[in-house]
Amino acid sequence: MHSGGFPWLSLLLVLPLVGAAAMYVVTESTARWIALAATLADLCIALPLWWLFDPQASQMQFTEHVAWITAPPIYYSLGLDGISLPLVLMTVAIMPLCVLASWTAITTRVQGFMAMLLIMETAMVGVFVALDFVLFYIFWEAMLIPMYLLIGVWGGPNRLYAAIKFFLYTLAGSVLLLVAIFALYFYGGHTFDILALSQGTYPASLQMWLFLAFFAAFAVKVPMFPFHTWLPDAHVEAPTAGSVILASILLKMGTYGFLRFSLPMLPDASRSFTPMMVALSIVAIIYGAYMALAQVDLKKLIAYSSVSHMGFVTLGIFVLNQQGIEGAVLQMVNHGITTGALFLCVGMIYERTHSRLIADNVGLASPMPQYATLLVIFALSSLGLPGTNSFVGEFLVLVGTFLWSKVATAFASLGIILAAAYILWMIQRVVFGVPLPHQLPKLKDLNRRELATLVPLALLVFWIGLFPNPLVSRMHQSVNGMIASMSRTKVAPTTQLSAGEAAPLLADGGTPLTTEGISR
Amino acid sequence: MSLYGTDLLALLPELIVVAAACLVIALDPITPASRRDLLAWLSLGALSLCLGLTVGQINTLNIRVSAFSDLVVIDAYARFWKVLLYGVTGLTILMSLPYLKAERIHLGEYYGFILLALSGMMVMVSGADLLTIYLGTELMSLSLYVMTGLNRSKPRSLEAAAKYFVLGAFSSGILLYGISLLYGMAGSTKLASIASAIGTHGANDPLVLIATILVAVGFSFKLAAVPFHMWTPDVYQGAPTSVTAFMAVAAKAASFAAFMRVFVEGLGGLKADWSLLFLLIALVTLVLGNVVAIVQTNIKRMLAYSSIAHAGYALIGFVAAGRAVGPSGSTPGLASVMIYLALYSFMTLGAFAVIGMLRKGEREGEEIEDFTGLAKRQPLAAFLMLVFMVSLAGIPPTAGFIGKFYVFMAAVDAGLAWLAAIALLFAAVSAYYYMRVVMVMYMREPDPAAVAPRLVTSPALSFVLACAVAGVILFGLFPNPLVSFALQSVLTLK
Repeated sequence: MHSGGFPWLSLLLVLPLVGAAAMYVVTESTARWIALAATLADLCIALPLWWLFDPQASQMQFTEHVAWITAPPIYYSLGLDGISLPLVLMTVAIMPLCVLASWTAITTRVQGFMAMLLIMETAMVGVFVALDFVLFYIFWEAMLIPMYLLIGVWGGPNRLYAAIKFFLYTLAGSVLLLVAIFALYFYGGHTFDILALSQGTYPASLQMWLFLAFFAAFAVKVPMFPFHTWLPDAHVEAPTAGSVILASILLKMGTYGFLRFSLPMLPDASRSFTPMMVALSIVAIIYGAYMALAQVDLKKLIAYSSVSHMGFVTLGIFVLNQQGIEGAVLQMVNHGITTGALFLCVGMIYERTHSRLIADNVGLASPMPQYATLLVIFALSSLGLPGTNSFVGEFLVLVGTFLWSKVATAFASLGIILAAAYILWMIQRVVFGVPLPHQLPKLKDLNRRELATLVPLALLVFWIGLFPNPLVSRMHQSVNGMIASMSRTKVAPTTQLSAGEAAPLLADGGTPLTTEGISR
Repeated sequence: MSLYGTDLLALLPELIVVAAACLVIALDPITPASRRDLLAWLSLGALSLCLGLTVGQINTLNIRVSAFSDLVVIDAYARFWKVLLYGVTGLTILMSLPYLKAERIHLGEYYGFILLALSGMMVMVSGADLLTIYLGTELMSLSLYVMTGLNRSKPRSLEAAAKYFVLGAFSSGILLYGISLLYGMAGSTKLASIASAIGTHGANDPLVLIATILVAVGFSFKLAAVPFHMWTPDVYQGAPTSVTAFMAVAAKAASFAAFMRVFVEGLGGLKADWSLLFLLIALVTLVLGNVVAIVQTNIKRMLAYSSIAHAGYALIGFVAAGRAVGPSGSTPGLASVMIYLALYSFMTLGAFAVIGMLRKGEREGEEIEDFTGLAKRQPLAAFLMLVFMVSLAGIPPTAGFIGKFYVFMAAVDAGLAWLAAIALLFAAVSAYYYMRVVMVMYMREPDPAAVAPRLVTSPALSFVLACAVAGVILFGLFPNPLVSFALQSVLTLK
């Protein structure tokens, strides 16, 4: 335990904000360096946590707990466990790369752009480390504005539509979350403490409603089929850094929400909804892959492949066993690395040819050998080649699914075959096609900055692919603890509220069916 | 005589405001046009004196001083609203200085009327008798009618004043009719007597219900709640911007204060009836306000519909108070309304201050189109407008979120989770039109052929904007002081 010690997590949150504030007084060129320095500093602060983290402990670590609002009691409460640690590390690792990727791509209002990136970093890290539900919600919602501006100000030609669509979709999804938070507060003993709420037992009908409210918020963010339609627009129109943040980090917040809230707080509802969730996941896997096959725009192709890959994550979560959930968390990190890298690759080629169409970017292997090599690495990782990171994650998810249902596994595996199809077909054209003569002069191979952006991710691809154990071992305790707590016995029977009673959310839901300590 | 003296002492802040108003109007003819600023500073001086007095008047929180044989009360509840009203009025006066000059309507009476309206509002929040409250309402409204038509050269301003006057007088009549019915039932217009008469009479008397409905209608006009909101868009658009800000913030706060006191202290026995009535009103108010705001092209008109929607949100807190089942009773609901309106004041004042600052040629930049590309030309003004719009949309970490947080928490506590869910979905709808302002400022290129808008700034206006943005951000991050102030103040409302 590192409780009460050095405020690592607060430092992680504050540093980017300091950088963002500095943007008001600097010139464009210094803005880039300050953003890079702030994100690298954040990475340097986060890295020691990897070693300081105690894999044997199942509690939250590096906790901070400060009273913030007295009525109702809301705390500035932070902490890390085996599920959030990898996600935080991934977030702070991706952010410097986003700054590097925007180095020459962003030429207008650079200070504002960098400030938005840094505010996003604080909000995203905050989502993963918050242990108070209201604090979580504030970070969750605070991301909307900077992301809206990132897409809307610095995005592509259709950016206005994509930005408002992203904004309204995610906002509409998450407002119901707030109602659910209040309901939990009044049923769970007047607290917003996530850990305390995760221990409570709630009436089955209430769990159903809350699950649906959580689902609205998280499924839009993941995005699960059929709530995914904002994603291709947002990805395509966002600037490269925005696409990377969206794909690598933002999407993980939905699945993180399922893991942190839906499963531990609403175990009964999670079990009841499992068939639906698994079905939606499999539909997403196959539909996303199928759509990816048809795309002519590289960014759209990767966007739809994200829908497919995130389907594996939700599948792993909702088969509700250790293999599935660990595979899901691993796959969240893997998708962050691989898809982030693929978007970076597309951004680099776009800077050269000003086109994202596959037809305009063919045969890059001979003019850009380094680029082609890295692109192939990430593409193979994306299709789950053994030896790369995604293989481990997808394999674990499929093992978990197999324990739940063999038929579901068979359908989910179809997604891997389709992934091989759309990825290899893309590679065949983009890397090994016949180059277009008029594009050739524009195709300079990667410069040092671009290599510095991609090579770390390539190393991570192989590191996780070949040695997944350090990462997985850090999750064990947290995942086991969560699964154990999910099977906590229901204190009271649910008959009182079931049997077709029109489940009033709070008005006359009777006394909460729980221990004496928790009462309205 | 000594009793009379304490009565006057209790009303000292009101007396000072009225005296200052008379002084301003008397001094106006002999003040040269170039020195009219002095009248504004005189008004501000009176306000700060009153602020000190009001805060000093109540040293123990639960004390409740009645004056003039219970016609007015000085309690913590009234103090909360008065402090808010002083602040809002002061900021409005500061904001008016450059605006009125730019519009060439810098008249001395303006400050006199603001102070008269303020004194009416102070009587409203302190009134413990329906007639006192009615008098305060009328004093406020009459002053506002005049201020609305202040821009005599603009037909729109005159039209707004006429509409406001006719509809306002109509609503006052309805309110008065309700009051007279209640008087017939209770034999008194004192809130306490009405409450006890309802207690003995029973709540099922149809006449009492009709009277309650009439009073509710009268107040709904003042609150701009649907379906009694028709005057709002025209008046908000036509009135000079500083007057619009004053109406949207101060008049709304005072109306809510009096409204809550009447319905809790006087008609509390009919809770079950009026909470259902206001539930319906709140629902249609926020739905209509938010939906119609989407299609507006004039930003003042858009903010008028937005203010209608915000009245709907605040009403939800009031409904939650009426339907409260929890151990803390109606306190969270009533306090949430107070918190909501206090926070709403900051963002709305700020937004109107930015609008009043923007000039396009000779006229005000009040079309949403006029904000096109503002972020390129005036980054700071655009950023401030962004903060206010985000806050109005209720997105954290701004004050708007805190306001919605408490209102919807009270609603869920009162078993109205479904209402909170609907209201929040419409809050998401509202984000569309607030974000459209952000969109034109940040994401559209200014048309090079069009006349570039410029800003009319002054130190006073900068101060107003600084206060507004500080309130929006600081209360968004640290709402504790305001929340505990509201929670303590609401306890005297019984």
